[in-house]
Amino acid sequence: MSSAVQSHDPHPAVEPSYLVSKRGLMSWLVTVDHKRLGLMYLASVMFFFLIAGILAIILRTELFTPDQDFMSAQTYNQVFTLHGAIMVFLFIIPSVPAALGNFLLPLMLGAKDVAFPRLNLLSFYVYSAGAVFLIAAILTSGLDTGWTFYTPYSTSTGTAVITATTGVFIAGFSSILTGLNFVVTVHKMRAPGMNWNRMPLFVWAIYSTAVIQVLATPVLAITLLLLIIERSLGIGIFDPAMGGDPVLFQHFFWFYSHPAVYIMILPGFGIISELVTVHSRKHIFGYKAIALSSVAIAVISFVVWGHHLFVSGQSELAGVLFSFLTFAVGVPTAIKTFSWVATLYKGSIQYNTACWYGMAFLWTFTVGGLTGLPLSTLAIDVHLHDTYFVVAHFHYVMVGGTVVAFIGGLHHWWPKMTGKMFNETAGKIGCLLVFIGFNVTFMTQFFLGHQGMPRRYYAYLPEYQVMHQVSTIGSYILAVGLLWTLIYLVHSLFKGEKAPSNPWGAVSLEWQTQSPPIEHNFHETPHIHGSPYDFPEIDKSGAGGHH
Amino acid sequence: MSNEHAHAPAHDDDEHNPHLAHHFDTMGQQTASAKLGMWLFLATEILMFSGLFLAYFILRMFYPEMVLEAHEHLSKWAGGINTVVLLTSSYTMALGVRSIQLGDVKKLRLMLVLTILCGCIFMVVKYFEYSAKFQHGMLPGKYYTAHLHGYEIDGLPHIFFGVYFMMTGLHGIHVAIGLAIMLWMFVRAGRGEFGAKNYVAIENTGLYWHLVDLIWIFLFPLLYLVK
Repeated sequence: MSSAVQSHDPHPAVEPSYLVSKRGLMSWLVTVDHKRLGLMYLASVMFFFLIAGILAIILRTELFTPDQDFMSAQTYNQVFTLHGAIMVFLFIIPSVPAALGNFLLPLMLGAKDVAFPRLNLLSFYVYSAGAVFLIAAILTSGLDTGWTFYTPYSTSTGTAVITATTGVFIAGFSSILTGLNFVVTVHKMRAPGMNWNRMPLFVWAIYSTAVIQVLATPVLAITLLLLIIERSLGIGIFDPAMGGDPVLFQHFFWFYSHPAVYIMILPGFGIISELVTVHSRKHIFGYKAIALSSVAIAVISFVVWGHHLFVSGQSELAGVLFSFLTFAVGVPTAIKTFSWVATLYKGSIQYNTACWYGMAFLWTFTVGGLTGLPLSTLAIDVHLHDTYFVVAHFHYVMVGGTVVAFIGGLHHWWPKMTGKMFNETAGKIGCLLVFIGFNVTFMTQFFLGHQGMPRRYYAYLPEYQVMHQVSTIGSYILAVGLLWTLIYLVHSLFKGEKAPSNPWGAVSLEWQTQSPPIEHNFHETPHIHGSPYDFPEIDKSGAGGHH
Repeated sequence: MSNEHAHAPAHDDDEHNPHLAHHFDTMGQQTASAKLGMWLFLATEILMFSGLFLAYFILRMFYPEMVLEAHEHLSKWAGGINTVVLLTSSYTMALGVRSIQLGDVKKLRLMLVLTILCGCIFMVVKYFEYSAKFQHGMLPGKYYTAHLHGYEIDGLPHIFFGVYFMMTGLHGIHVAIGLAIMLWMFVRAGRGEFGAKNYVAIENTGLYWHLVDLIWIFLFPLLYLVK
């Protein structure tokens, strides 16, 4: 770490931090403090990340040899379904918004809390209730439909589809309530002087995400409700045997679930926007372009769902239109990527762990984004559909994008959240392991998919074996890297150095209060006079870093 | 402003308003937040119902003759009466909101009672409608047995009744929730919690009730008055 702007705490700690202002288990269970709720979400999503990660390792181990090793086809189906469902609904969707977003949004806006603190507490318990149902599904007869619950298989299989979809249905309401809370918070809770052009880009990203959460998730709710009714009463809306249309289910499902992809990645974009500018000591390049491209992605995300149905029998015209619209997503996404690279250009880059994750993201996400283009090309998708190419593509976006950004953000804001510094060397080792492990695991899968390896198979032809083994070894490296990260972060809680209020020399508001913050965030309501990225060095240098 | 100020004696109206939550600076901010939150919530409701409307339109596109024939078995009278009842209840609800804006708690409570009454009439009529359908075996999906009760409808009427029960059932749940909320508002009004400067909860209840009404305005012609 180099020259921090303020090496001394502007407010010596006169009030206890939010972590110790109230004591006892009950003070946590009924808290309405957005910071405590953020930590509770963080612990929950980490728990589910661990569970679903273990499932992934089990899958990769089964795939080490072409034949059946220790799992039957049926068990394999259940394990990949649970891996997907838990990762998507209980980890990635709430990870950045509900954990980091909850903690940071009011701090970044200069507010005391979110607009509806009690609703925030409620949405945590709604999420927990949804999780309980999903766990109940695992413990009863499992789930083998894939996380997409496609009909007619999901209406005929003997596994616990109703319990699982009820869990997702409930967790969805948590997502809606959080999104609603955040939209209102951004509109109504900004501190004096915090106009829309002075909001940190993380806030813009969380805001766009919240809009999607509010507008898309209700459609998932009704889709799952229809599925539950279809399965229990057989109303015949999706089941072709009863006069229904199974493709209709796919339209319903992806109308939510494609925007949901952006619920997952947009907050990651927000984190990267903060990381590249703070750790390169340079004003963000193209502030408005990055901010508005988040909104543009949110809008376009609603009209691209059909690219999941290129081979499901939708009309050719629809296929062409959806293909075109899908390409359109590339434009705002590229605007962001180029802006981040331009921010780094001639910046004084601080090579610390958070910045390493930012750099890792630029590589992995770009691979994930670019491989989306062949998949949105109609003729190519017909060949690549449902192969490992698709698996590799969305893991590059979800893991290489969102998870890498999430871990980077966790390191960036760790001193603020916990009041402790972690060991930088340990952090860099972890980042390196994650980066190498991730690329070895999933880069291989592009080649596997390109050569025709279909997804969701528990056994395969011998010619794929070498690449499958490379991929499996990569997944072990990735797992070691993540466990290593968990260990040194937890270690820092007990043995870490005490964090100063602003260890990275950032300008945005969350760094202008003590670490960890007091219960009401700020001693005095802050007044904002400028951009969150006007680092003091910029004004002194005069040369370079135009914006 | 620090937290201590909120407890200090001040002459600003907002400062010692007991309804102002700790994290808001002014009542205006609090009210505006509550309203925006409610409008967003209504948007989610509309989107949720839109899924069912889409299912309905797909059904009608696939099987137009069946829908036409099956809908004849719904009681236009019951649906018509319920439409009038709900419209009336929206009117009394609006009058209730107006009353509390003028500070008239007594009239607000009267209007809430009238609105609740209308909601109950709606539910009773719905109960008789549902009972008749149950008796005639006009049930959703695999429970459809109307042909055993002497009602022949060509095609796949079990889907129509599936969609009918989904749409009116989900709407009915919303009516029931609305009744519970209005009852709660009635109790709170009795405790003197509302006044001419503090009525956003009543206003939001009204917005919710109007939405429930509005959804019925679409359900009625689509299900009962097919041409």
